[in-house]
Amino acid sequence: MQLTLEFGGGLELLCDSVKIHNVSINPENGVGKLVMKDLLSWVRSNLIKERPEMFMKGDTVRPGVLVLVNDCDWELSGQLDTTLEEKDVVVFISTLHGG
Amino acid sequence: MEEAGAKPRKGVSCLCCICDNRKAALKRPKTLQQICRECFYEVFEEEIHQVIVKNHLFRPGERIAVGASGGKDSTVLAYVLSELNRRHNYGLDLFLLSVDEGITGYRDDSLETVKRNEIQYGLPLQIVSYKDLYGWTMDEIVKMIGLKNNCTFCGVFRRQALDRGAALLKVDKLATGHNADDMAETVLLNILRGDIARLSRCTAIITGEDGPIPRCKPFKYTYEKEIVMYAYFKKLDYFSTECIYSPNAYRGFAREFIKDLERIRPRAILDIIKSGEDFRISTSTKMPEQGTCERCGYISSQKWCKACVLLEGLNRGLPKLGIGRSRGLDNETEKREMKGRSSDGQTRSIESKQCGTLDF
Repeated sequence: MQLTLEFGGGLELLCDSVKIHNVSINPENGVGKLVMKDLLSWVRSNLIKERPEMFMKGDTVRPGVLVLVNDCDWELSGQLDTTLEEKDVVVFISTLHGG
Repeated sequence: MEEAGAKPRKGVSCLCCICDNRKAALKRPKTLQQICRECFYEVFEEEIHQVIVKNHLFRPGERIAVGASGGKDSTVLAYVLSELNRRHNYGLDLFLLSVDEGITGYRDDSLETVKRNEIQYGLPLQIVSYKDLYGWTMDEIVKMIGLKNNCTFCGVFRRQALDRGAALLKVDKLATGHNADDMAETVLLNILRGDIARLSRCTAIITGEDGPIPRCKPFKYTYEKEIVMYAYFKKLDYFSTECIYSPNAYRGFAREFIKDLERIRPRAILDIIKSGEDFRISTSTKMPEQGTCERCGYISSQKWCKACVLLEGLNRGLPKLGIGRSRGLDNETEKREMKGRSSDGQTRSIESKQCGTLDF
């Protein structure tokens, strides 16, 4: 499954300062369904090069990190249970910095 | 970018609960409403307008400086104030005021953002620097004091630097981008530290009316998440990296806690602010009295203001001066130390750095 992942608000520094990543992920289970929970796991293992605690806390993103799927708040689509589809754009924005 | 004909994802074809027409783009933490972008812009801007009007933050004809760091809050503040000023005819003259603390790799980058904001929003910019005002950059200060208590120095110096800059611009008031999350963190911090004096003042939306320049916080009731979403959707240009010296700040703990709380019950942030506003100090508690600093004339509850104490410490090579709690209500012991003797009883000769005048 092709996805575009974007990191903002300082999170890009955890991924070698690259803001936009075009990735290809194979869903774990045979059904071919990918949910946010799995995506987060994948991101932590494959894209986050340092200080993973800045991105995730437990199973979910660190409080203060906003997640948008196709420019929509993930709180509207079920947060960790959000199903991802081909060509989706997922944006992670950290709010944890000075204003 | 969303298109009108975008296929709704299974289970997420909810419409905006205000216009019932467009697809919902976010869930507001303040009200838990699911709203679309356009309605979000409207409620966001309207709520801030109401805060400004209800709290009489501005008067027509005033010159207002927006404390601009290039970060998300101050950029959105500059943008929204400009917009509301036009739309509702506040009659204000707006300026951008930036402080250069001299933090390499952080402040120099964010200042570039403010310079772009100057052009993008058409607001004149004034920059004041610690080097000019105090003779020390934050980098130099940290080299001397180490990585603890950095925010103490920076915060105290920045407050006066903003007053200085505001005086140069001849403005009537200063507006800062402190948001609801910041306010809630500050209330908690003051409770955690038992700082009753600050606790009683910290939730005021206008402060310093008896000092050189009054300041106000139009974003007092605005959630950080909404500020970031607004900036994201409107594609506003802001700088977003944590200050390199901040990881050791105590505020980080309060922030972590507030963020965890927000996740469980978003309304908690506004409720903490309300609690802060409604605190009443027992009449039997002794409170510090406000006077002026003997050295520079700035407002102070002690004989010397904090900035003068800290600066003296830096210039005499006593980095701990002014750090930590002094038990009494005045800092006589600190003054005695400052008169030439260091903690080990020997007089030291440290080359004093030239500091600018702090006369008010």
